[in-house]
Amino acid sequence: MITQLDGLINKEYTEIPQYTPKDFKAPIDVRWCAGCGGYSILSQVQRIMPDIGVPKEKIVFVSGIGCSSRFPYYMDVYGFHSIHGRALAIASGLKVARPDLSVWVATGDGDCMSIGGNHMIHASRRNVDINVIMFNNEIYSLTKGQFSPTSRVGQKTKSSPFGVLDDPFNPSSLALGSGSTFVARGYDNNPSHMKHLFQRAAQHKGFSFVEIYANCVIFNDGAFDEYTRKETRPTSTINLEHGKPLVFGFKNELGIIMDGYKPKVVNLDEGKYSVNDLIIHNEEDSTLALILSDMSFNPELPRPMGVIYAESKPTYDQKVTWQINDLIERKGEGNLEDLMRGDEWWEIK
Amino acid sequence: MEQQFVEVEKAVIRFAGDSGDGMQLTGTQFSDTSAEMGNIVNTFPDYPSEIRAPEGTLYGVSAYQIHFGATNTNTPGDKIDVLVAMNAASLKVNLKDVKKHGILLLNKAGFKDKNLKLAKYESNPIEDGSLKGYQVFAYDINEQVRRVLEDFDLPPKMIDRTKNLFALGLAYWLFDRPLEPTQNWLNKKFGKDEKIRDANLKVFKAGYNFGAMGQDLAVRYIVRPADLRKGIYRNITGNNAVALGLAVAAQKAELPLFLGSYPITPATEILHFISGYKQYGVKHMQMEDEIAGITSAIGASYGGALAATTTSGPGLSLKVEAMGLAVMLELPLVVVDVQRAGPSTGLPTKPEQSDLLMALWGRHGEAPIPVLAASTATDCFDMTIEAARIAIKYMTPVILLTDGYIAQGSEAWKVPTLDELPDISIKFATDKETYAPYKRDPETLARPWAVPGTPGLEHRIGGLEKDNITGLVSHDPLNHQRMCEIRAEKVERIVQDIPDLVVDGDESGELLLVTWGSTWGSARNALASLREKDLKISHVHLKYLNPLPANLGDIMSNFKKILVPELNLGQLKILLQYKYMRPIIGLNKVQGNTFTAEEIANKIEEILLSEGVSK
Ligand code: SF4
Repeated sequence: MITQLDGLINKEYTEIPQYTPKDFKAPIDVRWCAGCGGYSILSQVQRIMPDIGVPKEKIVFVSGIGCSSRFPYYMDVYGFHSIHGRALAIASGLKVARPDLSVWVATGDGDCMSIGGNHMIHASRRNVDINVIMFNNEIYSLTKGQFSPTSRVGQKTKSSPFGVLDDPFNPSSLALGSGSTFVARGYDNNPSHMKHLFQRAAQHKGFSFVEIYANCVIFNDGAFDEYTRKETRPTSTINLEHGKPLVFGFKNELGIIMDGYKPKVVNLDEGKYSVNDLIIHNEEDSTLALILSDMSFNPELPRPMGVIYAESKPTYDQKVTWQINDLIERKGEGNLEDLMRGDEWWEIK
Repeated sequence: MEQQFVEVEKAVIRFAGDSGDGMQLTGTQFSDTSAEMGNIVNTFPDYPSEIRAPEGTLYGVSAYQIHFGATNTNTPGDKIDVLVAMNAASLKVNLKDVKKHGILLLNKAGFKDKNLKLAKYESNPIEDGSLKGYQVFAYDINEQVRRVLEDFDLPPKMIDRTKNLFALGLAYWLFDRPLEPTQNWLNKKFGKDEKIRDANLKVFKAGYNFGAMGQDLAVRYIVRPADLRKGIYRNITGNNAVALGLAVAAQKAELPLFLGSYPITPATEILHFISGYKQYGVKHMQMEDEIAGITSAIGASYGGALAATTTSGPGLSLKVEAMGLAVMLELPLVVVDVQRAGPSTGLPTKPEQSDLLMALWGRHGEAPIPVLAASTATDCFDMTIEAARIAIKYMTPVILLTDGYIAQGSEAWKVPTLDELPDISIKFATDKETYAPYKRDPETLARPWAVPGTPGLEHRIGGLEKDNITGLVSHDPLNHQRMCEIRAEKVERIVQDIPDLVVDGDESGELLLVTWGSTWGSARNALASLREKDLKISHVHLKYLNPLPANLGDIMSNFKKILVPELNLGQLKILLQYKYMRPIIGLNKVQGNTFTAEEIANKIEEILLSEGVSK
């Protein structure tokens, strides 16, 4: 069927303009609090945009509700600030209708894991080609400080004055468990690392889920200090690199081995273990990904950062197109008048 | 005994049996054949909400009713002329609807002790005289088919399964229907398995011959073909008509179609049909829930598709917030609500018209949405295209109300060609010099539709209040008031773009009957019967509930009394009372079925009588 959209969808670009990050800054003041983790995320996203190989007019940012969801207003591309929790369902419909677009979702821990949890797991399982950046600040900030599904047990918030009772989600495990084909974690005060993750997400064909620890200076300040400050970060986190052994520590003196099916920290300086005994990170190993992600909340183990998992498989939007093309190829393009008439028709003469 | 023919104008037949007896198929065949021979046909399936209810029970009864005539039938019919009952339970459940002296074709094999017990009969109604007042014809159909298929090497269970075709053949004989259409259908359906095909064909023919040879069935009925306009016809249900309407609307709008939906009775079939339209380039997503159904459609609409979501009452409740978003975004969207009896899970397979006020007003904030309602199965096609036309032209979500009655019921449809249908396309915005997201068309107040991929029109929209023209987020209180008023006015202006009502009957008088949705058919039949008695009543039927047609107020003012029959406790009545400041008489029914013509006619007579109007 010929539609008015065909020209836009099939437009061939011989050359994409040479953009600069500035080209992606919307002419509007950013209204997050000074010191909010959102700023560094925004600036890294704007930095990678010139190089993802997509013309500006083909990029769309969709969001739900929350501090993070203001994000589309700040990007000078197509933007859609929707309602609480629904960004992923909207983005799914958009991407399936318009596979030619580069679709991004900016969301938060409440928006994505609580009210939008159902859409998160299903968009993930379908492997719709969407890039999700989840700003995790472990709090509801726009509603002024209630605990979120990633808040920690015991955390005192406005709606948990005596401490949170709920166990939190581990976002990366939820993403892996629901079938995400790209799962990564970074944090707001490591711009170059974040930039790398966003570039990888942009390159990934399929559902990519990038969790960023984003400090909320107002309602949950310092929540991630242990993992982001240079005094503690080397021993509290481990940076994953594909094909490299799992080492960490101030002088890379610590490593992770498999003890049965459980990861365990060993000290390489003690001489009992060498680098050769350590787990080698393999982004494409789904079992390893689950084990690594599961280290997140284990106080004995460092928290993994970087690309936890990356799998290449057909995306949902591709499959929709293939199914249509396959049917058209086998049965010919449908004639609507035949469809209207159906199989059982008769003529009155 | 000599067999004789009696000509009748219309007749109603109902096939009833156990869920597993194939009654839906049997009814569909009778209906298709009748339509094909030129009768006007209305049908209604009635089946249990359990998928496989236990055999022989009262709640496992499945039925299919066909009203066929030489003149307009309008509804699936009120009282039954012929009931085909395959077992005791199906007789028990359906007998109350059979006319006095109506014909009962009964399968004796379904009236064994076990069947009687399950149907809660104390004695066998075929033998105990309780069916006096009906014309009873009881045969052991199981025995008959066993004899017919004696030479077929088929398991007894399979042989028993053909009994519905025997009953169908007998019904064909009774109403003098041609055998070929069903024979052709059987050939096609069982073409691959010759033995089964031949067995079915043989039993079907045997049923017909049984009537011809029989001694007791002395009278046959003739229902002549109607005087129909020339053209191609088919039978169609309301759900199928909505699905086709969406596909055709997309073509006429030159847009790809996207459906985001979630299974729900009785709307699911629309999803089934559309999921089969891949060859036509149609995309659909069966989403994780109702909310995702509508929001995925909103996403697709943002991308430039003709987007729709289909649901029933419980689903509409869940979509409410997203409909408000679509109002704010001013994006086209077709929301189809196949109404069923509520609240909550209610009676999932039974029709009602009780979502009207929710469709009109059930959103937070000032969120006006145009609301349309289809009146018959075939009208679902036209109104779906109309909903799409309004959605695109006015950049607004539109709610189309149908209900379980017309969604599952079928009637013959004169299939239009694409050329006969209106072009409803509009142009996307492309000019970056003049574009602003909320700069409106001065006539329709619609904002421009700028879709991603258009260079230079990158813009941001969302659920926060928009500044008029620029579309930037605005918290300015005066702007908010202005935007609320503009959105309301935009919907009100649609009134200029919808047809005026035409009164059926005199332009003024004692009583005006006002109907909406599927009650159209019962109202038509009621009027016909009253007019035979020389009673003067006028009728208008509403297909547009928001905005209401411009001349409705004037029409109403010319009548002393106004009667609104509806399948709820008075929702259109509330609307009309509030809008036109005058009392309305309601006739309200929430019993999981529609009005009979008689119920409406009786009410009208009662009103006229109380007025002392003589015939
Ligand atoms: S409240 Fe917290 S999350 Fe929201 S803008 Fe301020 S710092 Fe950022």
